[in-house]
Amino acid sequence: MKARAADMPLDAGATPTWLLDFELRRGAFLRSIHVRSTQRVIALVGASGAGKTSLLYAIAGLLRPQRGRIEVGGHCLFDAARGIDVPAHRRRIGFVFQDARLFPHLDVRHNLLYGLRGDARDAPRFGLDAIVDLLGIAPLLPRATAGLSGGELQRVALGRALLSQPRILLLDEPLSMLDMDRRDELLPYLQRVRDEVALPMIYVSHYPDEVRRIADETHPVG
Amino acid sequence: MLGFSTQELTAIALSLKVASVATLCSLPFGIALGWWLARKRLPGMLLLDTVLMLPLVLPPVVTGYALLVLFGTRGAIGAFLHDTLGITFAFRWTGAALASAIMGFPLMVRAIRLSIEAVDRRLEQAASTLGANHWRVFLSVTLPLAWPGVVAGAVLAFAKALGEFGATITFVSNIPGETQTISSAIYTLMQVPGGESGIWRLTLVAVAISFCAVFVSEWLVQRQHPRSHA
Repeated sequence: MKARAADMPLDAGATPTWLLDFELRRGAFLRSIHVRSTQRVIALVGASGAGKTSLLYAIAGLLRPQRGRIEVGGHCLFDAARGIDVPAHRRRIGFVFQDARLFPHLDVRHNLLYGLRGDARDAPRFGLDAIVDLLGIAPLLPRATAGLSGGELQRVALGRALLSQPRILLLDEPLSMLDMDRRDELLPYLQRVRDEVALPMIYVSHYPDEVRRIADETHPVG
Repeated sequence: MLGFSTQELTAIALSLKVASVATLCSLPFGIALGWWLARKRLPGMLLLDTVLMLPLVLPPVVTGYALLVLFGTRGAIGAFLHDTLGITFAFRWTGAALASAIMGFPLMVRAIRLSIEAVDRRLEQAASTLGANHWRVFLSVTLPLAWPGVVAGAVLAFAKALGEFGATITFVSNIPGETQTISSAIYTLMQVPGGESGIWRLTLVAVAISFCAVFVSEWLVQRQHPRSHA
């Protein structure tokens, strides 16, 4: 039923923003996901260990599913049956990791600029100044990453992802490493990104209230 | 100049040249192999690892003889290189560099491999989601983070190359001005009466160079440690 739905002609309705239908085997665990959604911002929720991160990795091309397909906004990123597997670096997916993963050998500015290269540099949809303003990270630019707080790390990571000119944004529990106060501080930034950047987004979390404030639609995992 | 004879100065200069060329020419291979060993898991890896370490444990004279058989003017590889590219190793300083490079290679690869293993692969994943292909990930994330280890490996190989004696003298002999390094010059001076002062001068030079090399290497390794946890 789900597999057929995507094969329907275009006049059967708008192209779904998300068409995630794949199976991922990691050791003895089998994760699978079946999401077909026209919403721009969706959330994957589930207990820790339910495999939410693995599913995001597969969408980003960091893990290869055994079968199925991944289409976002009409772009096919993976289709086992047709032998399509776009490499991670060409998927144009902005990934905000749970642990930020800023490059320790680069300062904040160069972290932000890491993905801004090639064609993107000449006519970026998201420019450095605009993103720095949006996230309020101007004072951090010359700093090393080592001294940043958890909230600052995540804002820089978010900015770095946006500056790589992604077509899609994946956020893997970006608040989970923060305490409650910091969470409330970062959440408005996430909402601003959601509204002003207007990219398709997947938000992963196991906190229902966080999800309600970000996503248009929620899909349980596991 | 501190009473160095021309022959001694020539030997010192040649040693530095041989060790530098040996280190710089083997470094790209050392980086490639170190990365490969750190990042790939294939059957037969243990065997490759063992073969790589052989120059470190074999009697140097055995390595030198193997080089003579393979890279001599009539050796399988030596004849080919001589005829096609005009490169000769036998009884030339280039042969001394080759012997030194091979003797130092295990040390170089091990240091580079360890430092690449210490690089957080999650940072490499992050780089690929930011649009970096494998090459750019390697050049902009892996290599800079592993750099102190790479330099340490190169310094160790350089020090090893300076001290190389057995394989070098077996392969390219002990020709003043061509293949006579500090080590073989000391050996020659030990054969002649009245050579003690020269031996002492060269010994001190060898100690000074080796000390500096290992000191720099240790310093770089210690500097890397806090970084890899960042």
